[in-house]
Amino acid sequence: MLSRTADHVYWLGRYAERAENLARTLDVQYRLSLLPRKSTSEGVGWGLTLSTLSFADAYGARFGDNHEAHRVIDFLAFDRENPSSILNCLRAARENARAVRGSISSEMWETFNATWLEARGNAPNRFSARNVAEFIEWVKYRAHLARGVVLGSMLRDEGYHFMQMGTFLERADGVARLLRIRLACEAADNTGEPVTHDYLPWTVLLRALSAYEIFRRVSRDRVTPMHVVEFAAFRPDVPRSLLRSADLVFDNLAAVANTRSGETQRRAGVLHAMLRFGTLDTLGAGGAEAFLQDVITRVGDLNDRIGRDFLGHVVPT
Amino acid sequence: MEPAATPVVPCDEMYTADGQVRAPYSVYSDWLIREPEEALRQKRAEADSLFHRVGITFAVYGEQDGNERLIPFDIVPRILSAGEWRQLAAGLRQRVQALNAFIADIYHGQDILRAGVLSPEQIFCNNQYRPEMQGLDVPGGIYAHIAGIDVVRAGQGEFYVLEDNLRVPSGVSYMLEDRKMMMRLFPELFALNRVAPVEHYPDRLLENLASVAPTGVAAPVVVVLTPGAHNSAYFEHAFLAQQMGVELVEGQDLFVRGGFVYMRTTQGPQRVDVIYRRIDDDFLDPLVFRSDSALGVPGLMSAYRAGRVTIANAIGTGIADDKSIYPCVPDMVRFYLGEEPLLANVPTRVLRKPDDLAYTLAHLDELVVKEVHGAGGYGMLIGPTASQAEREDFRLRILAAPEKYIAQPTLALSTCPTFVEQGVAPRHIDLRPFVLSGKEITIVPGGLTRVALRAGSLVVNSSQGGGTKDTWVLED
Repeated sequence: MLSRTADHVYWLGRYAERAENLARTLDVQYRLSLLPRKSTSEGVGWGLTLSTLSFADAYGARFGDNHEAHRVIDFLAFDRENPSSILNCLRAARENARAVRGSISSEMWETFNATWLEARGNAPNRFSARNVAEFIEWVKYRAHLARGVVLGSMLRDEGYHFMQMGTFLERADGVARLLRIRLACEAADNTGEPVTHDYLPWTVLLRALSAYEIFRRVSRDRVTPMHVVEFAAFRPDVPRSLLRSADLVFDNLAAVANTRSGETQRRAGVLHAMLRFGTLDTLGAGGAEAFLQDVITRVGDLNDRIGRDFLGHVVPT
Repeated sequence: MEPAATPVVPCDEMYTADGQVRAPYSVYSDWLIREPEEALRQKRAEADSLFHRVGITFAVYGEQDGNERLIPFDIVPRILSAGEWRQLAAGLRQRVQALNAFIADIYHGQDILRAGVLSPEQIFCNNQYRPEMQGLDVPGGIYAHIAGIDVVRAGQGEFYVLEDNLRVPSGVSYMLEDRKMMMRLFPELFALNRVAPVEHYPDRLLENLASVAPTGVAAPVVVVLTPGAHNSAYFEHAFLAQQMGVELVEGQDLFVRGGFVYMRTTQGPQRVDVIYRRIDDDFLDPLVFRSDSALGVPGLMSAYRAGRVTIANAIGTGIADDKSIYPCVPDMVRFYLGEEPLLANVPTRVLRKPDDLAYTLAHLDELVVKEVHGAGGYGMLIGPTASQAEREDFRLRILAAPEKYIAQPTLALSTCPTFVEQGVAPRHIDLRPFVLSGKEITIVPGGLTRVALRAGSLVVNSSQGGGTKDTWVLED
């Protein structure tokens, strides 16, 4: 397959997944803002969301430390100047699909095209910060639809494998960040006094990962931060777990291996093994936060290496 | 060569002068009469939304956010009888054969110049002549593998060739998508009429391209070369690559090494044998043509000259579709094939000839004057509808460089009923059939019918508000 084509389908996968992950992240923070809160101010939560998603500088440059909910929501979901807003991710997915519309199925192209046209046509009227819940639902619905179209219509060739790699690297990154935001908020809440853990935010997080019922079914544990981290990181059978994403990255990479990609495969294997054989007890000195940051760093490294090995990218050394 | 008397009312494709429905339209006309206008309106809206979703659009330069535009699609088909099509197809076949023979001759022995049919300066002073092609043999001696011949009907319905497009003719994707749309919107019409299929065009195109691969290549790798997603015809490039099941490449995806052309793939370099290019000669190889071209492939011309890759259409075909060469095509048919042309040219005055220049200046209000190198309906004067000021302006431009212009009578192009805001009304149309030349000549029955949507307008180009129609060739 043409390297440029592979590059476009890889980024099609990444941007589509990023839009969905952002919607799910937004879902958590938005729902929490509706709960009767005890300590942390809402603004702190939004600030931590921005910094964990690496948006703090871009946001701060324009809005300073004004972390009013509607402003942050608008920035994350609809802002046309934020290249990673959900709206722009949908656009980027569509542009990548358009660039390779001859190499993907017509149904795929039409789905990504229709999603973008509908998003553009409805923002800022039907889709806006005031109506963000509806928008989140819609983004998730369109993501489900796109996933079905990909599974049901795309040839299982290299293009499919590159798209899957993009999807699952992005998912691992997004889920790791989502967990980090929650942990950071938790830490900000900690006033030093012994508190019984507030299980509600973690329940909301599980729901946003479409995993609350699964958690209840497979785990006898209470909803505590560490149990949720364990569940979201190490379960092999949960669709949005880190292990499952790493597993799929490894498999799809093996399917397209070329003469240069040995080291990249090894590193994908290391990430997979970390999650496959990891437990709460082996998180290391830095605890869950440092572990998640390590996952994020490794995902970034794999992204760069895939670009160099397959997609014709020149990566500065 | 005075023009045939222009009838006051142009002939209509559906109705005779006394209002009778012509035979090919009889079934359709019965259906149309019974169809309420509101239903037609709904179908048209449905077509628009489908075209948007499917992304059958042309990009408009400088517009962002996926603001590609639709080419308006008209839901009333243009219908030709089997007999009309046979006559037309035979003429197209003959014409394209002669044009290919002409290009081969120009880049080899130049018999036609020695015979005095054309003068050497018509060739060598023409910037479409490519000296790089002189003496180069191309597979099968075919240069214009894909030709789009623009045909109009005038007078009592005779066909005239308006223009030959032998470089990178576009529009075939609309022929295919318009048919798909009609079958989706009006399946019942296809049960009532025996419409010859066009869906196999991409298969024929691929066969045709493979048939002109460099000799000795058993399973040729064919690619479509596009300038990229920002090109106005990008949809068509992607569409044809997808329908043929071949890679759509940009210049940056190709490179030349050891005399062969390769594409960069995820598994390393892969040889390319046939390039169906949709970029102009000038941009193909920065080492030979425009050095500022970022769209091309450095070294491509050397691989081409060594016979390691086929470029379709060949480089230098522009020498045969230039408007200054057009008046000579009937003579080419006689010279190379020893036959009388089956398809007529529009009588054309070449303004580098003093007599033609004098006549034209005296009759500007009757004639259409075109720039020799103009395209897309730009740089054109339509005398009868132009203002006095426009005609004066054009007179000065002609006088400054008469060799840059030709003049033709204003043809009363045929009209075809078209669904416009006011309902069904006659609009002027043309037809671009696509002629494939390789081991043999293939023409899919039909073509792209373009329609000037403004009442009275003769300009059918999409850049100037033209639309398209499905074109039906009925089977016997």
